[in-house]
Amino acid sequence: MPKGIVVVDKERCKGCGLCVEACPFKVLDFSSEYNSSGYQVTYMAHPEKCTGCAVCANVCPDVALEVYREERSVKGAT
Amino acid sequence: MSVEVAIPEGYVRAFAKPAALSDAKFTYCPGCHHGIITRLVAEVLDELGILERTVGIAPVGCAVFLDRFFHCDFVQAAHGRACAVATGIKRARPDLVVFTYQGDGDLAAIGTAETVHAANRGENITVIFVNNGIYGMTGGEMAPTTLPGQRTVTTPTGREPRLHGYPLKISEMLAQLDGPAYISRQAVFDYSHVVKAKRAVLKAFRNQLEGKGFSLVEILSTCPTNWRMSPTEAGRWVAERVTEVFPLGDLKDVG
Ligand SMILES: Cc1ncc(C[n+]2csc(CCOP(=O)(O)OP(=O)(O)O)c2C)c(N)n1
Ligand code: SF4
Ligand code: SF4
Ligand code: SF4
Ligand SMILES: [Mg+2]
Repeated sequence: MPKGIVVVDKERCKGCGLCVEACPFKVLDFSSEYNSSGYQVTYMAHPEKCTGCAVCANVCPDVALEVYREERSVKGAT
Repeated sequence: MSVEVAIPEGYVRAFAKPAALSDAKFTYCPGCHHGIITRLVAEVLDELGILERTVGIAPVGCAVFLDRFFHCDFVQAAHGRACAVATGIKRARPDLVVFTYQGDGDLAAIGTAETVHAANRGENITVIFVNNGIYGMTGGEMAPTTLPGQRTVTTPTGREPRLHGYPLKISEMLAQLDGPAYISRQAVFDYSHVVKAKRAVLKAFRNQLEGKGFSLVEILSTCPTNWRMSPTEAGRWVAERVTEVFPLGDLKDVG
């Protein structure tokens, strides 16, 4: 399982690409989907590389990203 | 979120939309840094636990719809008059937390006098000054903050200082006054600057809670639409060009 999971709120995303550019691990990319406003939304193209660092969410101007991170206690127990 | 996704067990939420924000989508253009700055203010209201007693003053400009985005009360001031409206509310109700959120056309052009005098009186308010060097909402006219040589619809061959004046350094001007407690210039063009900008916004609100007085954070922002750049190019323009004229950092801090 990856360390992080990013959930894209497709209706909030405006396809600006700032998250795609900012992700240090090149996890995100544009999907082939468009939302109801006509914006090409992003998705986790390489989910296995996600660390849950939330760099992408911090630079997203439309608060379209939610980030989940592997719980440390869980990690320690495995 | 408008999406329901099953997150497997063993994961904790590390980032989500602040509770201070409503579900309304921002009305800013794709990639506009206004959205990051608006979110930072919401995060700070959450972290300080002050949402219920906060009143925002919205400007005339692209942030005019702030009242839709936040779960707190808002007054939409006449163009440039946000600091005067904030003064009235804060003096009448010192128990409230009062902040303005203003563009450079609003704060540094038509509203210069209100801004300077509120700062000089040391009004105990918080000011978020979004400097994108242009009148975004009205279609990209030159602002007092436009860089020399920068092309806008009213300076099609580039701003010529001898004809149009020099970029107005409002934060440097205000930092010379005795009234203000805190004047800082920040940017949000990458992750580390977002983190620093948030710290400055937090301090500007905390100062008000501690009664320290007028605190202003200028945040260098973008206008990809009227600058005619991609969001990425616009961020780079701020990092490489705008910060040369408007250097980042604290300009005044009484501590
Ligand atoms: C009294 C008055 N004068 C002029 C205008 C037109 N006007 C609307 S927004 C604006 C400037 C917006 O620029 P800025 O404050 O920098 O905000 P931005 O959209 O760039 O965030 C102007 C001149 C107005 N609405 N009211
Ligand atoms: S959380 Fe970090 S690693 Fe994962 S997509 Fe976002 S920026 Fe990339
Ligand atoms: S930064 Fe936000 S709005 Fe822009 S493409 Fe990424 S998720 Fe979409
Ligand atoms: S016009 Fe410019 S400042 Fe206004 S929302 Fe669009 S990009 Fe942002
Ligand atoms: Mg502006």
